[in-house]
Amino acid sequence: MVKMIVLKDLTKRFGPLLAVDNISMRVGTGEVLGFLGPNGAGKSTTMRMITGFVEPSAGTATVSGFNVATHPVEVKRRIGYLPEGAPTYGDMTAQSYLSFIAEIRGFDGAEKQRRIDAVAEKVELADVLRQPIDTLSKGYKRRVGLAQAILHDPEILIMDEPTDGLDPNQKHQVRGLIREMAREKAIIISTHILEEVEAVCSRAVIIAHGKLLADGTPEELIARSEDHNAVVLMIDAGMEDAVRKALGSLDTIKSIKKTKGRDGAVCLRIRPKKSALIASDVADIMGKKKIPVREMFIDRGTLDEVFRKITQEARTGATDRLGVGPKSPDREQNKEAKNA
Amino acid sequence: MRNITVIAKREFKGYFTSPLAYIFIVIFVALTGAFAFYIGRFFTREQADLVSFFTYHPWIYLMLVPAISMRLWAEERKTGTIEILMTLPVATTEAVLGKYLAAWAFTGLALILTFPMWISVNILGQPDNGVILTSYLGSFFMAGAFLAMGSCISALTKNQVIAFIVAATVCFLFTVSSLALVLDFFRAWAPEILVHTIASMSFLTHFSTITKGVIELRDIIFFASLIAFWLFANIIVVDLKKAG
Repeated sequence: MVKMIVLKDLTKRFGPLLAVDNISMRVGTGEVLGFLGPNGAGKSTTMRMITGFVEPSAGTATVSGFNVATHPVEVKRRIGYLPEGAPTYGDMTAQSYLSFIAEIRGFDGAEKQRRIDAVAEKVELADVLRQPIDTLSKGYKRRVGLAQAILHDPEILIMDEPTDGLDPNQKHQVRGLIREMAREKAIIISTHILEEVEAVCSRAVIIAHGKLLADGTPEELIARSEDHNAVVLMIDAGMEDAVRKALGSLDTIKSIKKTKGRDGAVCLRIRPKKSALIASDVADIMGKKKIPVREMFIDRGTLDEVFRKITQEARTGATDRLGVGPKSPDREQNKEAKNA
Repeated sequence: MRNITVIAKREFKGYFTSPLAYIFIVIFVALTGAFAFYIGRFFTREQADLVSFFTYHPWIYLMLVPAISMRLWAEERKTGTIEILMTLPVATTEAVLGKYLAAWAFTGLALILTFPMWISVNILGQPDNGVILTSYLGSFFMAGAFLAMGSCISALTKNQVIAFIVAATVCFLFTVSSLALVLDFFRAWAPEILVHTIASMSFLTHFSTITKGVIELRDIIFFASLIAFWLFANIIVVDLKKAG
């Protein structure tokens, strides 16, 4: 996997404010990296440093082998960028705006129009090409911005909240587009819609207060949830004590919590230690003890919960910089770089 | 070079997507005419020249050029399109020059559209068309200098009104710097050499020699170096303030 984007100790200060604090990571072709983080976490600033819009205070960003600080134009040639809010020249028509972008990107004549038509079809913009952008709906405006970013078929695509303000159908369509492009590009998107991460990202990083707090596949991040592999049992209310007693012998269980019940039943959420798989053991015990189970399922946990846990820990100072999972070698390098 | 042209073309076309271009041109042509006829007394002077027409150009530019320059960068920063422009594969110099040249070409167009004055004076008498041509050139360069200041100032703010007021003030100071109004303020405390330098910055002085038909190298150098200086400052300001 070719490493298209390499960030090393990237730092940005705005006066006394440390907006981005020593971020190091790598993104390769075929990856869709999701930037997660609360508002003001430093996501946009990091993206702006990669695209050459903001100069880093310290550290380097390298794109396709070019240092952004020393070869900004080479870098900008290779990147497609959708800034936050997808700004466009509103008084132009979509056609003339894209034509301007295409000319700056070095396309002329028939090739230029072919590119514009192709991209307009891809983002379903063809119907409104002749209209001034200011008269378009929010969804169309965003698509004009998206068209601008992918017109030159860049190796690297950086999108700041690409689906913000779109309706569910449009979101679905844009995510499909991102997945489709992911094969031959290195893509970074920022979002605070966590379902989006699971839908399109092959990897996610969580940033808060300018710091990189977690880095892993969405599955790896979810595995950090306390509810990951928890077993939820619905049983008759009267059986609760029996269940607790029966499960007492199982030392892989961390806690049993009563949640809610209905129709004279209770729900027990059984959390395992270290995400251990306890479902079959629990089922065995229920079977042996002849405890009738009305419902039983395994919880995966949610990214939401992991996100809250990580970002709130950061606020209280208990930073956990764990790179999750052993699979990705660059995260190992990442850690080494930090330790060095 | 290609990038400069593409940016200039977009910017120039942009003037005509709103009524701004037409309003500007109409007002410019009407004002230059009105000043020449009513204040400059074009007819009663009974001279076959355009002195009464060109004399008021600095004052008209003072008001109208900041209206052109105010949006150059302030609008880009306000709407966020500067983030698009500055992440396209163009150098800051190319972006600054492209936008500036579009604005300059636009004022040039407005200037050309005052040609009925030239036709009238040729019908009424035998003017020295050489003098008229150098005056037009001088006027064009002066507009260029005003624009370069305005463009740089526009990059300092997101607010177009502020850009307008500050640019108009700076342009005013440069225009009248040979007048007592400005010089008296400095004479009280500044060394003689500084007072002379400030006086020599006056657009009125440099422009009036050009409108007399005398193209002196130092007047050309004056306007050209002023344009170069302000555009250089413009590039630095854009780089520093683009993300702010």
